[in-house]
Amino acid sequence: MSREMGRDDFVISARSVFLNKGNRQKFSLLTLIIISIVILSLEYFKSGPINQIRMITKDIIIKSSYVASVPFKSISKTYSTVIDHFNMYDEYEKLKKTKIKKQNLMLENNFFKEENQRLKKLIDEKNLYNDEFYITKVLLDQKSPYLRSLLINKGFKHGIKLGAAVRSDSYFIGKIVDSNYLTSRILLISDLNSKIPIIIEPGSISAILSGTGSNELGEIEYLPENNNIKEGDIVYTSGSDGIISSGIPIGKIILDNNLTKVDYFKDFNQINFVKVYYKK
Amino acid sequence: MSIINKTYSKFLAIFPIIILFISVLSSSKYNFTYDENYLSLNISYIIIFFWSLKRPEYFGYGFIFFAGILNDVIQNNPLGVSSIEYLSICVLTAFVRRRIILQNLIYDWVFFLISILIVGSINYIILVYIFNIPIVYNSLLLGLFVTFLIYPVLAKTLSWVDNIVQISLNDKKNK
Repeated sequence: MSREMGRDDFVISARSVFLNKGNRQKFSLLTLIIISIVILSLEYFKSGPINQIRMITKDIIIKSSYVASVPFKSISKTYSTVIDHFNMYDEYEKLKKTKIKKQNLMLENNFFKEENQRLKKLIDEKNLYNDEFYITKVLLDQKSPYLRSLLINKGFKHGIKLGAAVRSDSYFIGKIVDSNYLTSRILLISDLNSKIPIIIEPGSISAILSGTGSNELGEIEYLPENNNIKEGDIVYTSGSDGIISSGIPIGKIILDNNLTKVDYFKDFNQINFVKVYYKK
Repeated sequence: MSIINKTYSKFLAIFPIIILFISVLSSSKYNFTYDENYLSLNISYIIIFFWSLKRPEYFGYGFIFFAGILNDVIQNNPLGVSSIEYLSICVLTAFVRRRIILQNLIYDWVFFLISILIVGSINYIILVYIFNIPIVYNSLLLGLFVTFLIYPVLAKTLSWVDNIVQISLNDKKNK
């Protein structure tokens, strides 16, 4: 008897929870859950009008989120400015020392660039290196346990295609994984799902760089067993996927308990503008 | 003057919603790493749980649904996942409201743990089994655990905010 009463009670509660709109509520919970499930099932349509509507919705939300995030950004910017002021003297000393080194390296670099072009011409190699790029503003930076990405204010209207390489300064930081009409999403190389073909110099060792979710270090996979990789070796994109240009610097090697890791050159928390490369 | 008063009253009435949207829009700010695990605090779970339990009349389900969609776009999740999560919390709190007469922080805290475990499971099932999106299980579990731990602190803060809002609204009515 009491069990029946309990069951009736539960049914009444469930009905009232799902169907009653309640005070000041315009929708019942059941209606909204059904709408959510319908929207979720529409994710299976990756093309056609549904996809276009989804892209427009994403564009609108991303653009308005950017406006809403301005106060938070200004707070973190102010904090960074204050920290930068404290570190100014140390930075100045460091820069003074590196300036002379940099000038020498630039001259050396120009020499090697010209030599490389000349040699490539000799072996008639297809030039993957591409200087065509858009400078785009980062609208939002998204960090979660499953996602390390940036949202930028250029989309396929501007010719941005999936897989395009993205750089910050001279360093490779990721590739385009989602392109809406006016906005795009960059998957950073630090993301768990990021796998980039790389080459380690000196030695020209090919491997795959995997993101770990950490902003500082990435992991190197599929290394040959007998390799002579040393701490401080430089990691570049290999260009073997045929989409990303070769020779873009990514980071330097760190050997940590027999694990080969990459210390990224770029601090992903400090990116405001990026260069998205495209082919004509 | 009356227009200013009306606007102020309306602002107070939608204040919980504003806090929810701020937490969704700035979700990237509540992340940190611990022991090589990347944790994500789900402040929005706490806000939705707290206000839909205490004052559902100020917390429209439509807004919660929209906040979920917003979160999905920002987090690059399939659209609708977060809405289902958030609305599931509302379903659970609505059950509790009907079943429990006296509420206190400890009961709420324990029930919050049960709620976020259910919602976390829904999240995991949808993302991993339906959409094949890889998730680090440890990070998800640790994130939920830390969210559970900070609940009392945030609940106290939100109670304090709620009291201020209620006092202001009552003052307006009395005038």
